[in-house]
Amino acid sequence: MLLFLLIVTAFAIAYTKDLFAVVMLAGIYGLLSASFFVALDAVDVAFTEAAVGAGISPLLMLATLGLTGRFQTQTKSRFYLLGFALVVLVGALLMIGTADMPAFGSVDAPAQQHVAPRYIEKSYEEIAIPNVVTSVLASYRGFDTLGEVAVIFTAGLGVLSLLSISRKEEEKEGGVASMYEHTILRIVSKILIPAMLIFALYVQFHGEYGPGGGFQAGVIFAAAIILYSILFGLDVAKRVVNESVLQILAALGLLLYGSVGVVTMLSGKNFLDYNALAEDPGTGQHIGIIVIELGVGITVAAVMILIFFAFSRRMDREGGA
Amino acid sequence: MIEQLLSHYNYWVVIILMMVGFYIVVAQGNLVKKVVGLNIFQTSVFIFYISVGKVEGGTAPILVEGVDVYSNPLPHVLILTAIVVGIATTALALALVIRIKEAYGSVEESELQIRDQQC
Repeated sequence: MLLFLLIVTAFAIAYTKDLFAVVMLAGIYGLLSASFFVALDAVDVAFTEAAVGAGISPLLMLATLGLTGRFQTQTKSRFYLLGFALVVLVGALLMIGTADMPAFGSVDAPAQQHVAPRYIEKSYEEIAIPNVVTSVLASYRGFDTLGEVAVIFTAGLGVLSLLSISRKEEEKEGGVASMYEHTILRIVSKILIPAMLIFALYVQFHGEYGPGGGFQAGVIFAAAIILYSILFGLDVAKRVVNESVLQILAALGLLLYGSVGVVTMLSGKNFLDYNALAEDPGTGQHIGIIVIELGVGITVAAVMILIFFAFSRRMDREGGA
Repeated sequence: MIEQLLSHYNYWVVIILMMVGFYIVVAQGNLVKKVVGLNIFQTSVFIFYISVGKVEGGTAPILVEGVDVYSNPLPHVLILTAIVVGIATTALALALVIRIKEAYGSVEESELQIRDQQC
């Protein structure tokens, strides 16, 4: 049923020409897929998708629309028919391909045979934390995760270098955000934002026992700060979270992660082998996972907030000009 | 046929979503719309992975006593990080769109091509 709603939303996005509505539909699409992930037991994924797909991503798109215009002028490109034919052809081929797939949810599917049972059976002995997703993310595949954090950091750098404005211009801007006049929004958000921040910290440090971890906490934390800066204006938000501090924090999180790896190497074990951090392997894993999850959380939150600041600063400048 | 449809329903929906996203990317001219299309495509891959990881009768992969069947944690890990990387790259794409708008004064593919030919 949720999947059916997803299809409806996707088609609506394809047909709508008002880009504002498209972005709103994309937000709904994100929320629907998050609910779908809950139904399929992927609670950690659902967390992230809800914060990203229904929160940060539509906001960034709205900021872009503010700069590029709300309506699509031309609806169909020259390749419209060719594109349609191509899409139908590829879709049909993929449909035929699914005939060889194992049935949905089957226990003996190939995906369920290789490393997954080992993770489920052995991870508590080896890592000593109940959330298997966290132990795979932070320990078994720690090297991958380091790479992914580096990708996020690099993308953040890219956005900043594309959208940065020189300091001189920056001083000119000012003014109170228009949202500030909405009393209800202001009061409700004042109650909500501290709760969101505390929830983010809970998700950060409880990631080993319940669903959560650095990635989820990072995006929730960022969403709270972004909400704050929308309602109270960019200038007020910048006084709360200093931008140059954020830039340092973004790099620091990644460094923290990498340095855990270096420390384990210096202790004579492999890169990111947390058993080297303490006498007892379980304790070592605990320390390692907490530290690297903290690194992930700091980098993700800092990069997301920085990206949003870069976008909204652009918008302020355009609005003033 | 009906049995096939029911047991592969998820995968078929994934393909339909993927193709809708693909169609938007190929056939629509507006660059912001193309980014939304890419996002739909991306999410369809997420749904595919999570569907593959589902085990009948399983529960979320957080170990508790008395539960033996868990869904596959590996796809969850992969997709969890992919979502956050996805938003970072989407932001990069949108930043590029903004710069294109500033340089060309438009985000419509056809107008961009006309401007390119004039140079």
